[in-house]
Amino acid sequence: MRVRIDSEKCQGHGRCYDLAPELFGDDEEGFGQVLGDGKVTPDTENQARLAVANCPERAIELIEES
Amino acid sequence: MAVDERFARDFEDSAEEQVLGTRNEIITGPVSDWSTDFSHLEPEWAADPYPIQDDLRQRCPIAHTDRFGGGWLPVRYEDVAAVAYDTDRFSSRSIIMGNFRPPRDIAPIGGSPPISSDPPFHHDARKLLLPAFTKTAVTRQEPATRAYCHALIDAFDGQDVVDAAADYAQHIPMRVIADMMGFPPEDGPQFRRFVENTLEGVNLQPEERIERMQALFEYILDQVHDHLDNPRDDLTTYLINAELYGSKLTADHVTGAMVLLLIAGIDTSWSAIGSSLWHLAKTPADRERLMADRGLLPTAMEEFLRAYAPVTMARLVKDDMHWHGVDMKADDWILLSFPAANRDPAQFDRAAEVVIDREVNRHAAFGLGIHRCLGSHLARMELRVALEVWLDRIPEFSLADPGAVTWSAGQIRGPRTLPLRIG
Ligand code: HEM
Ligand code: SF4
Repeated sequence: MRVRIDSEKCQGHGRCYDLAPELFGDDEEGFGQVLGDGKVTPDTENQARLAVANCPERAIELIEES
Repeated sequence: MAVDERFARDFEDSAEEQVLGTRNEIITGPVSDWSTDFSHLEPEWAADPYPIQDDLRQRCPIAHTDRFGGGWLPVRYEDVAAVAYDTDRFSSRSIIMGNFRPPRDIAPIGGSPPISSDPPFHHDARKLLLPAFTKTAVTRQEPATRAYCHALIDAFDGQDVVDAAADYAQHIPMRVIADMMGFPPEDGPQFRRFVENTLEGVNLQPEERIERMQALFEYILDQVHDHLDNPRDDLTTYLINAELYGSKLTADHVTGAMVLLLIAGIDTSWSAIGSSLWHLAKTPADRERLMADRGLLPTAMEEFLRAYAPVTMARLVKDDMHWHGVDMKADDWILLSFPAANRDPAQFDRAAEVVIDREVNRHAAFGLGIHRCLGSHLARMELRVALEVWLDRIPEFSLADPGAVTWSAGQIRGPRTLPLRIG
């Protein structure tokens, strides 16, 4: 699984980089950014789901990879 | 010393343009029916708006009023979100619902960019400010904020009962924003008056409001001149030098943005800190749980922001239209209640309860869409530090007199008198 941010929807609330600092960071204007390739490991899966569920703009997606 | 023509003293006169626009009859007094005659300025709403909103959500769900020249109050999350996202149909030309509508041609810039701005100008005005308010940037204010919170508690020395709203919560955001703007820290009490006038003086007579606004603009202009003489590393100097579309900002833009930053950050954070302490003072089980598990604080804080969201905004309808079942007229107000959205059972389980370990909390306390609170990272830092220091220093506290707690009326809601027993 990978996380993805829809930059059209993201408004920089920062819930993702608060709740899942291993997966997300902020850019110089505070918008959310996926760190690295965004791969979710068993260790970060819970964080990823929290970020998805708490983003006020519904801007984060969890993409299943085959 | 360079002379900056933009801020010549006669620029002040332009504040009189404020007189243009439309005014309506001021109607006050008890509300007959909240679905047809609502008013966010009546004492009943200030004391406890949630039962009113819950009732409207079931039977209405978009309430109307003839007060303030006509307006609407959506109370479902879905409707509030739809208004916030629809900047084509709803304008931010004025975001304080009252008896005065600024002229239409003030859009898309408005009096205090970016909060008063519509697309496309909004994006550019906001972009100027974003870097100063990122989570990383505001972390620089944290040590001074923490030290200041300690100093406020040191000053309680020996008292058994303190007013946590007036003697603690209020001062924290004032000091932080004064530091960031580069205003003298001792000017805090003046800010209090400015905020009151802007946000709570909505039903005053127009002459009085204008006079009071003028005092605020004079203060801001004094600060601009002080910074022109002594430029320094703060937001005021930054705004004076900032450029947009290849030239310096207009004087109106600079002073409007300064007024916004001063006003938007004070009542709001003050309210959030106060409401959180009020909740903990009256709910010993939550207070004890938080003391035992301090790691829960970030989650609890989001729940306080959801359940006691301090900020309600407003919009103006652009054109006559049928919208979500009602007939809106051009220039009708929308009272955009993020607090009501945050208590919609269709969006939140146990919406009416405060659940301090609520993990899924997609609340809208800082707004939704392009106007997302620019200061949200700063506000969260202030709230977290204020609560951490309070809990470290005063683990045991309770409401000294529940009946003595008072709440602000209008669009920013929080405790203004909060006597807590701490000894
Ligand atoms: C808990 C405290 C706070 C809450 C709940 C809050 C809430 C909000 C909300 C709901 C909006 C959206 C306005 C709209 O949709 O029209 C907003 C905008 C704004 N807030 Fe805050 N705010 C808080 C603290 C602050 C602080 C500390 C600052 C710092 C100066 C600040 C500055 C602003 C600004 C400049 C805007 C306008 C952004 C734009 O239009 O792009 N706020 N705030
Ligand atoms: S929580 Fe959502 S809106 Fe906020 S920064 Fe992350 S992706 Fe963007």
